[in-house]
Amino acid sequence: MSERCDCMQYMDGMEVIGSDMLDEVISAMNAYDYESYSERDVKEALSKDVLTPKDFGALLSPAAAPFLEEIAQRAMNETRKHFGNSIAMFTPLYIANYCENYCVYCGFNCHNKIRRARLTEEEIEREMAEISKTGLEEILILTGESRKMSDVDYIASACAVAKKYFNVVGVEVYPMNSGEYAKLHKSGADFVTVFQETYNSGKYETLHLEGHKRVFPYRFYAQERAILGGMRGVGFAALLGLADFRKDAFATGMHAYLLQKKYPHAEIAFSCPRLRPIINNDKINPKDVHEPQLLQVICAYRIFMPFASITISTRESERFRDNVIKIAATKISAGVDVGIGGHSGDKKGDEQFEISDGRNVDEVFEAIERQGLQPVMSDYIYV
Amino acid sequence: MITLNGKECESTATLNALLEKYGYRREVIAVEINGVIIKKEDYDTQAVNDGDVIEVVHFMGGGAPEDKLVLGGHEFTSRFILGSGKYSLELIKAAVENAGAQIITLALRRARGGETANILDYIPKNVTLLPNTSGARNADEAVRIARLARETGCGDFVKIEAIRDTKYLLPDNYETLKATEVLAKEGFVVMPYMYPDLNFARDLQNAGAACVMPLGSPIGSNKGLCTKEFIKILIDEIDLPVIVDAGIGKPSQACEAMEMGAAAVMANTAIATAGDVSAMAGAFRKAIEAGREAYLAGMGGIVEGGARASSPLTGFLRD
Repeated sequence: MSERCDCMQYMDGMEVIGSDMLDEVISAMNAYDYESYSERDVKEALSKDVLTPKDFGALLSPAAAPFLEEIAQRAMNETRKHFGNSIAMFTPLYIANYCENYCVYCGFNCHNKIRRARLTEEEIEREMAEISKTGLEEILILTGESRKMSDVDYIASACAVAKKYFNVVGVEVYPMNSGEYAKLHKSGADFVTVFQETYNSGKYETLHLEGHKRVFPYRFYAQERAILGGMRGVGFAALLGLADFRKDAFATGMHAYLLQKKYPHAEIAFSCPRLRPIINNDKINPKDVHEPQLLQVICAYRIFMPFASITISTRESERFRDNVIKIAATKISAGVDVGIGGHSGDKKGDEQFEISDGRNVDEVFEAIERQGLQPVMSDYIYV
Repeated sequence: MITLNGKECESTATLNALLEKYGYRREVIAVEINGVIIKKEDYDTQAVNDGDVIEVVHFMGGGAPEDKLVLGGHEFTSRFILGSGKYSLELIKAAVENAGAQIITLALRRARGGETANILDYIPKNVTLLPNTSGARNADEAVRIARLARETGCGDFVKIEAIRDTKYLLPDNYETLKATEVLAKEGFVVMPYMYPDLNFARDLQNAGAACVMPLGSPIGSNKGLCTKEFIKILIDEIDLPVIVDAGIGKPSQACEAMEMGAAAVMANTAIATAGDVSAMAGAFRKAIEAGREAYLAGMGGIVEGGARASSPLTGFLRD
């Protein structure tokens, strides 16, 4: 096996932007001692209009667990205050699953023997045409992380096709330089999501064994480069369960908080994924992040950054998703297929992970309405 | 003789001997001799000389770190900025002393010549002078006044007031920003008086301001924190000290601003027009200190009622 590179060193071609946000987030995370919080700290946090990072830390701490109902009530009030009854709907579209990274928990990892595929432009168009018939107006384009098999031009052309069928286009692809993000933006994409997976660089190093994804700081600064490239909004996430989930959730919140502070115009989004079983490894599970812990994290994000969009993944059950949109989540996917090419014909490539909630768009739409909420297909008017 | 933690005492040959003599535990302390920090491994060899000034410090449980207001690298222990308008000169000295103020604002006016009494004669020497640009109607005038003020030798501080409304004396944020940009580049410690607007406060921060000074209510109105919600936003979002300026009419209002997390309060009219000027200065001082202490102590947890879903939200969870 080739020698593993230093995960803190940039590789050739990776843009370095002058920012010290990484140090700020990591030192805040290292200083975050969740055992040090008391019931009092939790109550104090809940009594404030605007929460400080310390208050956010209190809501993520074990001391907050007995207050989960109060926290959920507060989260619901914040959600309704900022979003009314609207719940945004979208679907992810996987256009390729080639990957050069070896991330031990991911079904797409380059050593996992799965069917690999990449949709042609015609196939992408066919998939999108099919999806748009469901009424959705927002799409999230995903690829595995292979610059070779899914180069920037390929992704840009997918964005341009998407713009024909959808009002809002987001991408969840490998981290890029700001100029490349600018290119995607010009092709119609407006939102970029990059999961840091874990903010613990030591743990990160042991999970991401090969590929450009090994480079921790380049991934960390992806959102900032996306904003510099002109994107309207950016999404953050830690894959909860990989490392200490409280520390990772705290770092995720701090990352978003500092980015919004530096770029006050940027729209902020959180995703809250837990580990799921993958093809050839059904043992992967969310570890110590059970549903109550997951809800605690989601509510802490909501109360700390009440204006942020929070997406609830199909990794979670129908029951959990239907309830969490009442409380804190504001965006939900529907009609999801995490393989390649399944919307308009035979599937060409295998799935990234096992989904839990397989409902189609109509079913999710009706479920939202049954909660007394309003499904919204798009919030934006492009002029 | 040496000076150890501010007291004169007998010297010893080495630092180690000194620490033993006075019973310090070397593993938990830090030592500074004449302003230079001494490394632990050098304690045995470090000589102590007659006249040395030695500081020995250690941590204390739950300790209160010194709470200082920092403006442009200068530190202050008082959080009360006193305006100097509308006083008779004799009253100023007593007001400054009773206020415990370390910063006092001054206006620049054309000198007539032959004057005997100058306000500077009445202000204690250890007080930092903060010239304001009152009278300036735009950025150019504010810059000119600031430069002149610096020439009088009163330091680099300047409070920018750019006002083109003579009825309410509300600050012109646009002109204030332009003056801030120029003066910060020239090395001034720029303290802009402003209308509390978040975007504008960010612009001031980017322009190099040392703080922001939002108004609580129209100047001289004594109406208190009419702009409370907006000042709160500045306190939450801006990394600079937020100093509430203008409109503070009563000690209770000053206290409220400090409880919210304001870094300092500036007041003038409320004190200058009080029945007993110096007693009112003292009352403001106590209010500002009380508000600051309350803020640092962490306000008590008063959970607001608010709307509550009738059925529990978390009943659906599974472990």
